[in-house]
Amino acid sequence: MSVKDKVVQIIAEQGLLDVADVSLTATLEELGIDSLGVVESIFAIEEEFDIEVPFNANAPQESEFDISSVATIISAVETLVAEQT
Amino acid sequence: MNRVVITGAGTINALGGSVPETLQAMREGQLGIGPLQMRDLDRLSVKIGGQIKDFDPETHFDRQKLALYDRVTQLVLLASREAMAQSGLEITEELSETTGVVLGTAAGGMNTWDDNFRSVYEEGKNRVHPFVVPKLMTNAAASHLSMAYNIKGPSLTVSTACASSNHAIGLAFQMVRSGMARAMLAGGGDAMLTFGGVKAWEGLRVMSKTACRPFSANRSGMVQGEGAGVFVLETYEGAKARGAEILAELIGFSMTSDAGDIVMPNQQGAVRAIRGALRDACLDPQDIGYINAHGTGTAANDKTECAAVMEAFGAHAPALMMSSTKSMHGHLIGGTGAVELLACLMALRDGVIAPTIGYEQPDPNCALDVVPNVARQAKVTATLSNAFAFGGMNAVLALKAI
Repeated sequence: MSVKDKVVQIIAEQGLLDVADVSLTATLEELGIDSLGVVESIFAIEEEFDIEVPFNANAPQESEFDISSVATIISAVETLVAEQT
Repeated sequence: MNRVVITGAGTINALGGSVPETLQAMREGQLGIGPLQMRDLDRLSVKIGGQIKDFDPETHFDRQKLALYDRVTQLVLLASREAMAQSGLEITEELSETTGVVLGTAAGGMNTWDDNFRSVYEEGKNRVHPFVVPKLMTNAAASHLSMAYNIKGPSLTVSTACASSNHAIGLAFQMVRSGMARAMLAGGGDAMLTFGGVKAWEGLRVMSKTACRPFSANRSGMVQGEGAGVFVLETYEGAKARGAEILAELIGFSMTSDAGDIVMPNQQGAVRAIRGALRDACLDPQDIGYINAHGTGTAANDKTECAAVMEAFGAHAPALMMSSTKSMHGHLIGGTGAVELLACLMALRDGVIAPTIGYEQPDPNCALDVVPNVARQAKVTATLSNAFAFGGMNAVLALKAI
Protein backbone atom coordinates (compact mmCIF):
# COMPACT_ATOMS: atom_id res chain seq x y z
CA MET A 1 0.00 0.00 0.00
CA SER A 2 1.31 3.48 -0.87
CA VAL A 3 1.82 6.28 1.65
CA LYS A 4 -1.20 7.98 0.12
CA ASP A 5 -3.46 4.96 0.57
CA LYS A 6 -2.35 4.40 4.13
CA VAL A 7 -2.88 8.05 5.11
CA VAL A 8 -6.32 8.06 3.49
CA GLN A 9 -7.18 4.89 5.38
CA ILE A 10 -6.14 6.45 8.71
CA ILE A 11 -8.17 9.59 8.02
CA ALA A 12 -11.18 7.55 6.89
CA GLU A 13 -11.05 5.56 10.08
CA GLN A 14 -10.84 8.71 12.19
CA GLY A 15 -13.78 10.32 10.37
CA LEU A 16 -15.83 7.09 10.36
CA LEU A 17 -15.94 7.32 6.56
CA ASP A 18 -15.45 5.03 3.57
CA VAL A 19 -12.03 5.41 1.99
CA ALA A 20 -13.81 6.43 -1.21
CA ASP A 21 -15.40 9.40 0.55
CA VAL A 22 -12.08 10.95 1.59
CA SER A 23 -11.50 13.67 -1.00
CA LEU A 24 -7.88 14.78 -1.34
CA THR A 25 -8.91 18.42 -1.40
CA ALA A 26 -11.01 18.18 1.76
CA THR A 27 -9.92 19.67 5.05
CA LEU A 28 -10.04 17.46 8.14
CA GLU A 29 -12.79 19.68 9.52
CA GLU A 30 -14.90 19.02 6.42
CA LEU A 31 -14.44 15.31 7.06
CA GLY A 32 -15.85 15.75 10.54
CA ILE A 33 -12.52 15.40 12.36
CA ASP A 34 -12.22 17.73 15.39
CA SER A 35 -9.07 18.87 17.19
CA LEU A 36 -8.80 15.69 19.26
CA GLY A 37 -9.32 13.68 16.05
CA VAL A 38 -6.46 15.58 14.41
CA VAL A 39 -4.12 14.72 17.28
CA GLU A 40 -5.25 11.09 17.13
CA SER A 41 -4.73 10.94 13.35
CA ILE A 42 -1.21 12.30 13.71
CA PHE A 43 -0.48 9.71 16.38
CA ALA A 44 -1.76 6.96 14.04
CA ILE A 45 0.42 8.31 11.21
CA GLU A 46 3.49 8.34 13.46
CA GLU A 47 2.84 4.78 14.53
CA GLU A 48 2.14 3.56 10.99
CA PHE A 49 5.26 5.07 9.39
CA ASP A 50 7.53 5.15 12.45
CA ILE A 51 8.15 8.88 12.03
CA GLU A 52 8.03 11.96 14.27
CA VAL A 53 5.49 14.50 13.06
CA PRO A 54 6.26 18.08 14.17
CA PHE A 55 2.84 19.30 15.28
CA ASN A 56 1.68 21.59 18.10
CA ALA A 57 -2.10 21.75 18.56
CA ASN A 58 -1.77 25.32 19.85
CA ALA A 59 -0.62 26.63 16.50
CA PRO A 60 -1.47 24.08 13.79
CA GLN A 61 -0.95 26.66 11.04
CA GLU A 62 2.57 27.39 12.29
CA SER A 63 3.64 23.77 12.63
CA GLU A 64 6.06 22.54 9.98
CA PHE A 65 3.54 19.83 9.22
CA ASP A 66 0.83 21.20 6.90
CA ILE A 67 -2.58 19.78 7.79
CA SER A 68 -4.66 22.16 5.69
CA SER A 69 -5.98 19.34 3.47
CA VAL A 70 -5.74 15.59 2.97
CA ALA A 71 -3.36 16.17 0.04
CA THR A 72 -0.99 18.38 2.05
CA ILE A 73 -0.91 15.79 4.83
CA ILE A 74 -0.03 13.05 2.36
CA SER A 75 2.74 15.12 0.84
CA ALA A 76 4.12 16.05 4.28
CA VAL A 77 4.12 12.39 5.32
CA GLU A 78 5.85 11.42 2.04
CA THR A 79 8.58 13.96 2.79
CA LEU A 80 9.06 12.68 6.33
CA VAL A 81 9.14 9.06 5.16
CA ALA A 82 11.70 9.94 2.45
CA GLU A 83 13.87 11.75 5.02
CA GLN A 84 13.68 8.65 7.17
CA THR A 85 15.29 6.36 4.60
CA MET B 1 -23.99 30.69 58.14
CA ASN B 2 -20.43 31.25 59.34
CA ARG B 3 -18.02 33.70 57.83
CA VAL B 4 -14.93 31.80 56.66
CA VAL B 5 -11.40 33.13 56.86
CA ILE B 6 -7.92 31.95 55.94
CA THR B 7 -5.46 32.07 58.82
CA GLY B 8 -2.56 30.07 57.41
CA ALA B 9 -0.94 29.41 54.04
CA GLY B 10 1.86 27.12 52.98
CA THR B 11 3.46 26.02 49.74
CA ILE B 12 6.36 24.44 47.98
CA ASN B 13 6.70 24.85 44.22
CA ALA B 14 9.26 25.75 41.59
CA LEU B 15 9.34 29.37 42.81
CA GLY B 16 10.20 28.52 46.38
CA GLY B 17 9.84 26.36 49.44
CA SER B 18 7.56 28.73 51.35
CA VAL B 19 4.88 31.39 50.88
CA PRO B 20 7.26 34.36 51.42
CA GLU B 21 9.73 32.95 48.87
CA THR B 22 6.96 32.28 46.37
CA LEU B 23 5.40 35.72 46.75
CA GLN B 24 8.80 37.37 46.48
CA ALA B 25 9.40 35.48 43.22
CA MET B 26 5.97 36.48 41.90
CA ARG B 27 6.62 40.10 42.84
CA GLU B 28 9.90 40.00 40.92
CA GLY B 29 8.41 38.11 37.98
CA GLN B 30 10.91 35.29 38.39
CA LEU B 31 10.89 32.28 36.11
CA GLY B 32 10.71 28.95 37.94
CA ILE B 33 10.56 26.99 34.71
CA GLY B 34 13.77 25.47 33.40
CA PRO B 35 15.41 22.36 31.94
CA LEU B 36 13.98 19.18 33.44
CA GLN B 37 16.23 16.88 35.41
CA MET B 38 14.94 13.40 34.87
CA ARG B 39 15.88 9.89 33.90
CA ASP B 40 15.64 9.15 30.14
CA LEU B 41 15.32 12.84 29.31
CA ASP B 42 16.68 12.14 25.82
CA ARG B 43 13.50 10.20 25.05
CA LEU B 44 11.27 13.20 25.82
CA SER B 45 10.43 15.86 23.27
CA VAL B 46 9.31 18.31 25.98
CA LYS B 47 12.33 19.00 28.16
CA ILE B 48 11.24 21.95 30.33
CA GLY B 49 9.11 22.21 33.45
CA GLY B 50 8.52 23.96 36.73
CA GLN B 51 10.44 21.40 38.73
CA ILE B 52 11.30 21.71 42.42
CA LYS B 53 15.08 21.50 42.42
CA ASP B 54 17.49 20.58 45.20
CA PHE B 55 14.81 18.89 47.24
CA ASP B 56 16.06 16.30 49.68
CA PRO B 57 13.14 14.50 51.37
CA GLU B 58 15.43 13.02 54.02
CA THR B 59 16.06 16.42 55.54
CA HIS B 60 12.32 16.75 56.22
CA PHE B 61 11.08 13.22 56.98
CA ASP B 62 12.52 10.12 58.62
CA ARG B 63 13.12 7.03 56.53
CA GLN B 64 10.26 5.06 58.01
CA LYS B 65 7.79 7.76 56.99
CA LEU B 66 9.35 8.15 53.56
CA ALA B 67 8.57 4.51 52.80
CA LEU B 68 4.93 5.63 52.85
CA TYR B 69 5.20 9.10 51.32
CA ASP B 70 5.04 9.58 47.57
CA ARG B 71 6.58 12.87 46.42
CA VAL B 72 3.13 14.50 46.31
CA THR B 73 2.49 13.54 49.95
CA GLN B 74 5.87 14.99 50.92
CA LEU B 75 5.09 18.28 49.18
CA VAL B 76 1.61 18.53 50.71
CA LEU B 77 2.94 17.80 54.21
CA LEU B 78 5.62 20.45 53.88
CA ALA B 79 3.06 23.01 52.72
CA SER B 80 0.76 22.09 55.60
CA ARG B 81 3.55 22.57 58.18
CA GLU B 82 3.99 26.14 57.03
CA ALA B 83 0.23 26.80 56.97
CA MET B 84 -0.34 25.33 60.42
CA ALA B 85 2.62 27.19 61.91
CA GLN B 86 1.38 30.50 60.53
CA SER B 87 -2.18 29.89 61.65
CA GLY B 88 -1.20 28.81 65.16
CA LEU B 89 -4.34 26.68 65.21
CA GLU B 90 -4.10 24.03 67.87
CA ILE B 91 -6.16 20.97 67.09
CA THR B 92 -7.32 20.07 70.57
CA GLU B 93 -9.26 16.86 71.26
CA GLU B 94 -12.36 19.00 71.32
CA LEU B 95 -11.66 20.65 67.97
CA SER B 96 -10.39 17.47 66.37
CA GLU B 97 -13.76 15.96 65.46
CA THR B 98 -15.00 19.13 63.83
CA THR B 99 -11.86 19.70 61.78
CA GLY B 100 -11.23 18.06 58.42
CA VAL B 101 -9.01 17.95 55.35
CA VAL B 102 -10.00 18.40 51.71
CA LEU B 103 -7.23 18.13 49.18
CA GLY B 104 -7.25 18.19 45.40
CA THR B 105 -4.97 16.12 43.22
CA ALA B 106 -5.21 14.91 39.65
CA ALA B 107 -2.58 12.20 39.61
CA GLY B 108 -2.00 11.32 43.27
CA GLY B 109 1.08 9.18 43.77
CA MET B 110 2.32 9.39 40.20
CA ASN B 111 5.99 8.84 41.10
CA THR B 112 5.08 5.61 42.84
CA TRP B 113 3.09 4.38 39.83
CA ASP B 114 5.91 5.37 37.51
CA ASP B 115 8.74 3.80 39.52
CA ASN B 116 6.91 0.55 40.11
CA PHE B 117 5.60 0.13 36.57
CA ARG B 118 9.17 0.59 35.41
CA SER B 119 10.34 -2.00 37.85
CA VAL B 120 7.81 -4.69 36.87
CA TYR B 121 7.56 -3.96 33.14
CA GLU B 122 10.98 -2.69 32.13
CA GLU B 123 13.20 -4.36 34.67
CA GLY B 124 11.11 -7.52 34.79
CA LYS B 125 10.92 -7.65 38.57
CA ASN B 126 8.22 -9.84 40.03
CA ARG B 127 7.95 -8.20 43.42
CA VAL B 128 7.25 -4.63 44.55
CA HIS B 129 7.52 -2.94 47.92
CA PRO B 130 4.60 -3.79 50.24
CA PHE B 131 3.54 -0.12 50.56
CA VAL B 132 2.99 0.61 46.88
CA VAL B 133 -0.80 0.79 47.22
CA PRO B 134 -0.99 3.01 50.32
CA LYS B 135 1.72 5.21 48.80
CA LEU B 136 0.08 5.81 45.43
CA MET B 137 -3.60 6.10 46.40
CA THR B 138 -4.96 9.55 45.62
CA ASN B 139 -6.19 10.10 49.18
CA ALA B 140 -2.79 9.29 50.73
CA ALA B 141 -1.74 12.91 51.18
CA ALA B 142 -5.05 13.86 52.84
CA SER B 143 -4.79 10.84 55.13
CA HIS B 144 -1.24 11.62 56.21
CA LEU B 145 -2.27 15.21 56.83
CA SER B 146 -5.12 14.06 59.08
CA MET B 147 -2.72 11.81 60.97
CA ALA B 148 -0.07 14.49 61.32
CA TYR B 149 -2.48 16.87 63.06
CA ASN B 150 -4.96 14.49 64.70
CA ILE B 151 -7.79 15.68 62.47
CA LYS B 152 -10.82 13.41 62.94
CA GLY B 153 -13.64 15.19 61.10
CA PRO B 154 -14.61 15.06 57.41
CA SER B 155 -11.56 14.34 55.23
CA LEU B 156 -11.41 13.47 51.56
CA THR B 157 -9.63 14.03 48.27
CA VAL B 158 -11.28 15.45 45.19
CA SER B 159 -9.99 14.92 41.70
CA THR B 160 -11.17 17.22 38.94
CA ALA B 161 -8.01 17.46 36.86
CA CYS B 162 -6.72 21.04 36.78
CA ALA B 163 -9.56 22.37 38.95
CA SER B 164 -8.94 19.89 41.80
CA SER B 165 -7.52 22.37 44.31
CA ASN B 166 -10.21 24.98 43.65
CA HIS B 167 -12.88 22.34 44.17
CA ALA B 168 -11.13 21.20 47.36
CA ILE B 169 -10.85 24.71 48.80
CA GLY B 170 -14.42 25.47 47.75
CA LEU B 171 -15.81 22.36 49.44
CA ALA B 172 -13.86 23.06 52.62
CA PHE B 173 -15.19 26.63 52.53
CA GLN B 174 -18.75 25.32 52.28
CA MET B 175 -18.17 22.92 55.18
CA VAL B 176 -17.00 25.70 57.49
CA ARG B 177 -19.65 28.12 56.27
CA SER B 178 -22.45 25.64 56.89
CA GLY B 179 -21.21 24.71 60.35
CA MET B 180 -20.33 21.15 59.36
CA ALA B 181 -16.73 21.84 60.39
CA ARG B 182 -15.12 24.52 62.54
CA ALA B 183 -11.79 24.42 60.77
CA MET B 184 -10.45 22.78 57.63
CA LEU B 185 -7.10 22.23 56.00
CA ALA B 186 -7.62 22.66 52.27
CA GLY B 187 -5.57 22.86 49.12
CA GLY B 188 -3.86 20.33 46.96
CA GLY B 189 -0.81 19.15 45.14
CA ASP B 190 0.52 17.17 42.24
CA ALA B 191 3.91 15.74 41.33
CA MET B 192 3.35 14.63 37.76
CA LEU B 193 6.82 15.52 36.49
CA THR B 194 7.79 11.90 36.00
CA PHE B 195 8.88 10.31 32.73
CA GLY B 196 5.42 8.77 32.25
CA GLY B 197 3.67 11.93 33.38
CA VAL B 198 5.50 14.13 30.88
CA LYS B 199 5.07 11.54 28.12
CA ALA B 200 1.32 11.51 28.74
CA TRP B 201 1.10 15.30 28.35
CA GLU B 202 3.38 15.23 25.29
CA GLY B 203 0.89 12.91 23.65
CA LEU B 204 -1.82 15.54 23.68
CA ARG B 205 0.34 17.97 21.64
CA VAL B 206 -0.51 20.99 23.75
CA MET B 207 2.83 21.39 25.50
CA SER B 208 5.30 24.16 24.78
CA LYS B 209 8.93 23.24 24.26
CA THR B 210 10.09 26.76 25.06
CA ALA B 211 8.01 28.73 27.60
CA CYS B 212 4.55 29.28 29.05
CA ARG B 213 3.33 32.60 27.61
CA PRO B 214 -0.30 33.00 28.63
CA PHE B 215 -2.36 35.52 26.61
CA SER B 216 0.60 36.38 24.36
CA ALA B 217 -0.17 36.03 20.65
CA ASN B 218 2.93 33.85 20.19
CA ARG B 219 2.04 31.45 23.02
CA SER B 220 2.90 27.86 22.24
CA GLY B 221 1.21 25.82 24.93
CA MET B 222 1.40 24.81 28.54
CA VAL B 223 4.37 23.87 30.71
CA GLN B 224 4.04 21.36 33.52
CA GLY B 225 4.96 22.21 37.09
CA GLU B 226 4.77 20.44 40.42
CA GLY B 227 4.14 21.37 44.02
CA ALA B 228 1.51 21.91 46.67
CA GLY B 229 -0.42 24.59 48.51
CA VAL B 230 -2.33 24.20 51.77
CA PHE B 231 -4.52 26.69 53.66
CA VAL B 232 -6.07 26.77 57.11
CA LEU B 233 -9.73 27.77 56.92
CA GLU B 234 -11.76 28.52 60.01
CA THR B 235 -14.72 30.55 61.16
CA TYR B 236 -14.25 34.28 61.49
CA GLU B 237 -15.55 34.06 65.05
CA GLY B 238 -13.12 31.31 65.96
CA ALA B 239 -10.16 33.13 64.45
CA LYS B 240 -11.12 36.36 66.22
CA ALA B 241 -11.62 34.59 69.53
CA ARG B 242 -8.13 33.14 69.51
CA GLY B 243 -6.56 36.32 68.17
CA ALA B 244 -5.31 34.75 64.95
CA GLU B 245 -4.07 36.88 62.09
CA ILE B 246 -6.59 36.73 59.24
CA LEU B 247 -5.07 36.62 55.75
CA ALA B 248 -8.32 37.02 53.79
CA GLU B 249 -11.96 36.05 53.86
CA LEU B 250 -13.34 33.41 51.52
CA ILE B 251 -16.71 34.71 50.42
CA GLY B 252 -17.86 32.75 47.39
CA PHE B 253 -17.53 29.54 45.41
CA SER B 254 -19.15 28.18 42.33
CA MET B 255 -18.74 25.03 40.29
CA THR B 256 -20.22 24.20 36.90
CA SER B 257 -19.85 21.52 34.25
CA ASP B 258 -19.73 22.19 30.52
CA ALA B 259 -21.37 18.91 29.52
CA GLY B 260 -19.52 19.47 26.26
CA ASP B 261 -16.08 18.29 25.28
CA ILE B 262 -13.55 16.21 27.23
CA VAL B 263 -10.69 18.64 26.54
CA MET B 264 -11.96 21.79 24.81
CA PRO B 265 -13.04 24.58 27.19
CA ASN B 266 -16.46 26.13 26.96
CA GLN B 267 -17.15 29.83 27.32
CA GLN B 268 -20.62 29.41 28.79
CA GLY B 269 -19.43 26.93 31.43
CA ALA B 270 -16.77 29.44 32.49
CA VAL B 271 -19.20 32.38 32.47
CA ARG B 272 -21.67 30.48 34.63
CA ALA B 273 -18.91 29.60 37.12
CA ILE B 274 -17.71 33.23 37.34
CA ARG B 275 -21.23 34.60 37.74
CA GLY B 276 -22.03 31.88 40.26
CA ALA B 277 -19.04 32.81 42.42
CA LEU B 278 -20.02 36.52 42.31
CA ARG B 279 -23.60 35.67 43.25
CA ASP B 280 -22.49 33.37 46.08
CA ALA B 281 -20.23 36.14 47.36
CA CYS B 282 -22.97 38.81 46.99
CA LEU B 283 -20.58 40.85 44.85
CA ASP B 284 -21.17 42.95 41.76
CA PRO B 285 -18.76 42.58 38.83
CA GLN B 286 -17.26 46.02 39.54
CA ASP B 287 -16.20 44.88 43.03
CA ILE B 288 -13.55 42.59 41.55
CA GLY B 289 -10.14 44.21 41.06
CA TYR B 290 -8.06 41.14 40.22
CA ILE B 291 -8.60 37.68 38.78
CA ASN B 292 -6.04 34.95 39.00
CA ALA B 293 -6.61 33.38 35.61
CA HIS B 294 -6.57 29.73 34.74
CA GLY B 295 -4.28 31.03 31.94
CA THR B 296 -2.64 27.82 30.79
CA GLY B 297 -0.95 29.33 27.75
CA THR B 298 -2.79 27.08 25.30
CA ALA B 299 -4.56 28.58 22.33
CA ALA B 300 -7.89 27.14 23.42
CA ASN B 301 -7.90 28.09 27.12
CA ASP B 302 -6.67 31.65 26.92
CA LYS B 303 -9.05 32.69 24.15
CA THR B 304 -12.06 31.07 25.83
CA GLU B 305 -11.19 32.38 29.29
CA CYS B 306 -10.80 35.96 28.06
CA ALA B 307 -14.09 35.77 26.18
CA ALA B 308 -15.78 34.42 29.30
CA VAL B 309 -14.38 37.23 31.48
CA MET B 310 -15.46 39.81 28.89
CA GLU B 311 -18.96 38.37 28.89
CA ALA B 312 -19.27 38.00 32.67
CA PHE B 313 -17.83 41.42 33.50
CA GLY B 314 -19.15 43.45 30.57
CA ALA B 315 -18.23 47.12 30.89
CA HIS B 316 -16.02 46.44 33.93
CA ALA B 317 -13.78 43.95 32.04
CA PRO B 318 -11.26 46.54 30.78
CA ALA B 319 -10.85 47.94 34.30
CA LEU B 320 -9.88 44.71 36.03
CA MET B 321 -6.50 43.01 36.10
CA MET B 322 -6.10 39.34 35.29
CA SER B 323 -2.80 37.50 35.35
CA SER B 324 -1.58 33.95 35.02
CA THR B 325 1.16 32.95 37.42
CA LYS B 326 1.51 29.65 35.53
CA SER B 327 3.95 31.64 33.39
CA MET B 328 6.31 31.50 36.40
CA HIS B 329 5.63 28.22 38.26
CA GLY B 330 4.15 26.18 35.42
CA HIS B 331 0.90 24.26 35.53
CA LEU B 332 0.73 22.31 38.77
CA ILE B 333 -2.23 20.30 37.38
CA GLY B 334 -4.36 19.33 40.41
CA GLY B 335 -2.28 21.49 42.74
CA THR B 336 -2.36 24.61 40.64
CA GLY B 337 -5.37 26.39 42.19
CA ALA B 338 -3.83 26.18 45.65
CA VAL B 339 -0.56 27.83 44.66
CA GLU B 340 -2.40 30.39 42.52
CA LEU B 341 -4.61 31.41 45.45
CA LEU B 342 -1.42 32.87 46.94
CA ALA B 343 -1.44 35.51 44.19
CA CYS B 344 -4.94 36.51 45.36
CA LEU B 345 -3.74 36.76 48.96
CA MET B 346 -0.83 38.95 47.83
CA ALA B 347 -3.19 41.22 45.89
CA LEU B 348 -5.56 41.59 48.86
CA ARG B 349 -2.95 41.90 51.63
CA ASP B 350 0.04 43.56 50.04
CA GLY B 351 -1.59 45.41 47.14
CA VAL B 352 0.79 43.68 44.72
CA ILE B 353 -0.57 42.12 41.54
CA ALA B 354 1.50 39.20 40.27
CA PRO B 355 2.45 39.56 36.60
CA THR B 356 1.98 37.32 33.57
CA ILE B 357 5.59 36.87 32.52
CA GLY B 358 6.84 35.77 29.10
CA TYR B 359 4.34 38.11 27.50
CA GLU B 360 5.61 39.29 24.12
CA GLN B 361 2.79 40.09 21.70
CA PRO B 362 -0.76 41.36 22.29
CA ASP B 363 -3.47 39.01 21.10
CA PRO B 364 -6.77 40.60 20.04
CA ASN B 365 -8.51 37.50 21.42
CA CYS B 366 -7.07 38.26 24.85
CA ALA B 367 -7.59 42.01 25.04
CA LEU B 368 -7.63 42.35 28.84
CA ASP B 369 -5.15 43.89 31.26
CA VAL B 370 -3.06 40.77 31.85
CA VAL B 371 -0.42 42.63 33.92
CA PRO B 372 2.32 41.82 31.40
CA ASN B 373 5.79 40.93 32.68
CA VAL B 374 6.01 43.32 35.63
CA ALA B 375 4.14 43.18 38.96
CA ARG B 376 1.98 46.16 39.81
CA GLN B 377 0.93 48.02 42.94
CA ALA B 378 -2.83 48.31 43.19
CA LYS B 379 -5.43 48.45 45.89
CA VAL B 380 -7.77 45.54 45.49
CA THR B 381 -10.59 44.60 47.83
CA ALA B 382 -11.98 41.47 46.15
CA THR B 383 -10.53 38.85 43.83
CA LEU B 384 -11.50 35.71 41.94
CA SER B 385 -9.43 32.63 41.21
CA ASN B 386 -10.42 30.68 38.09
CA ALA B 387 -9.92 27.01 37.32
CA PHE B 388 -11.35 25.44 34.17
CA ALA B 389 -10.41 21.78 33.97
CA PHE B 390 -10.27 19.10 31.33
CA GLY B 391 -13.55 17.28 31.45
CA GLY B 392 -15.33 20.62 31.46
CA MET B 393 -15.33 21.01 35.23
CA ASN B 394 -15.04 24.60 36.39
CA ALA B 395 -14.47 26.02 39.87
CA VAL B 396 -14.17 29.69 40.80
CA LEU B 397 -13.35 31.05 44.27
CA ALA B 398 -14.05 34.58 45.52
CA LEU B 399 -11.99 36.27 48.25
CA LYS B 400 -12.20 39.56 50.09
CA ALA B 401 -9.66 41.63 51.99
CA ILE B 402 -10.19 41.90 55.71
